[in-house]
Amino acid sequence: MRRSPPQKLSDYLPIAFPAAMLGMFFVVPFGIMVAISVFKRVQGGFYEPAFNFANYARFLTPFFGEVLAFSLGLAALVSAFCLLIGVPFTYLLTKLRRRDQVLWLIALLGVLSLSEVIIGFAWSTLLSRTAGISNFFVWLGLMEKPEAWAPGFGAVLTGLIYQAFPYTVLVLYPAFSRLDPSLMEAARTLGCSPVRSFMNVVLPVMRKTLLATFIIVFIFALGAYLLPQILGRPQHWTLSVLVTDQAIYQSNMPFAAAMAVFLVIASLLLVGLSVMISGRKGAGEL
Amino acid sequence: MSKAAGKLFFAAMALFMALPVIVIAGVALNAKKTLAFPPQGLSADWYLSVLTDPAWRSALLNSVMVAATASAISVAIALPLSWFLWRRVAPWARFVQMLGFSPFILPPVITALGALSFWATTGFYGQPWTVVISHGIFFVSLPLVTITLGFATIDREIIEAGMTMGADDKTLMKTVIFPLIRPYVISGFAFAFVLSLNEYIVAYMTVGFTLETIPIKVFNALRYGYTPTMAAVSVFFILVAVVVFGLVARFGDLPKLLGAWSKGE
Repeated sequence: MRRSPPQKLSDYLPIAFPAAMLGMFFVVPFGIMVAISVFKRVQGGFYEPAFNFANYARFLTPFFGEVLAFSLGLAALVSAFCLLIGVPFTYLLTKLRRRDQVLWLIALLGVLSLSEVIIGFAWSTLLSRTAGISNFFVWLGLMEKPEAWAPGFGAVLTGLIYQAFPYTVLVLYPAFSRLDPSLMEAARTLGCSPVRSFMNVVLPVMRKTLLATFIIVFIFALGAYLLPQILGRPQHWTLSVLVTDQAIYQSNMPFAAAMAVFLVIASLLLVGLSVMISGRKGAGEL
Repeated sequence: MSKAAGKLFFAAMALFMALPVIVIAGVALNAKKTLAFPPQGLSADWYLSVLTDPAWRSALLNSVMVAATASAISVAIALPLSWFLWRRVAPWARFVQMLGFSPFILPPVITALGALSFWATTGFYGQPWTVVISHGIFFVSLPLVTITLGFATIDREIIEAGMTMGADDKTLMKTVIFPLIRPYVISGFAFAFVLSLNEYIVAYMTVGFTLETIPIKVFNALRYGYTPTMAAVSVFFILVAVVVFGLVARFGDLPKLLGAWSKGE
């Protein structure tokens, strides 16, 4: 069967509902948000139509500059760690028997679907003084007395890596499972050790995929808003936290919207970059 | 990497992923109303209190209701859209598809703030059903991915055969196409369901103050100190996720759904 262009008006019917829903509840809200970002704030939590860039200008202060730099740095660090662990992990995962792969995939999906609240709660317990891992080290005799490791930067980083790791693996998984095994076989017959052939053959072949994955995980980590609050101190808050804070607690929707628009632009640039890198064809194709 | 080193690596990763789950499952067994690990005195009361405490039970019901209706909306948007993309040549339909993907690609706070702006402007802010629609849009990319994949696996010659026998689009859909893509529809629903169940920020920014879902309730409870009930709820939610994905794997080809080649290839 060939795909055919729509001929009658009724041919458009199936797409009318999806288009209307997405237009009404995604495009319109998005437009309203962009509009609000140039509105003027009125004391008491409201705003009135205006056209000014004051909200954007307010963003250009050292304070928000620091938050932005922190958010980007944190996201980059999370992304780097996730790839460092996730790449060898995913590669080895695709070499497992299919049954074992399925079990791992279920576990990864399970962790992926965990609410940020639950991840934050679990790690703050794990890193706490009363119920944390440090008690275990004391029991082993490695430490004198239990310590509190949360809140702190390490706790935020651990929580975010935990949350982003399954995502990393699932993004890498298609590319690695489609990797031509004869490449490795060739390297092995030529006398490469498994580690060397992984480093010298697999990684160079996958470099575009790896870079695209880095960007995707980066955007994912940039969206973190609960873990920095639960596991960190105020200086560890990211841009997403500030957007929520401005919108809900400071009742400054225009400023929150301006920050969100900025976040959209940054993300879209990165998405564009990752699309350009990985090319129009599937990431797994050579 | 040698076999033993590989095994060790996997064991370490399994521990890393399971550790939070083990700890909160243990914490929920505490006899006292404090947070301690290892648990002091065993008790299953906290697990039971999820179902008996009216506040937690209503949050649980809210979460399940929102997730079920929202993922139904996601599927209702994704199914005709993927069918249209598969059946028709219409470049602009790709644009609609891209719209479906965007809420999932952008940081969630953006969708959340957009939803807040929209519901506040239209005057529906705080209505319980607003979160259902916003979640339905937010998670549409999941069924969109799985159902599009499902259509891609259909052998077009089978459809050709049906057409030569005189079947129209409607009959084909009912007798051939839908049975073939049903597992993909179900898994798309399941993915959206589990993620909606655990979603915090969109729910919070739409109906956070009028309707408490479990993630909102857990986060609110966190501010007033920990209770083992939160831990018990968390364990319950992890189990739901594992059971749902386990069922998807049992009745469908999970590696293929996630983008690997199928067995034969």
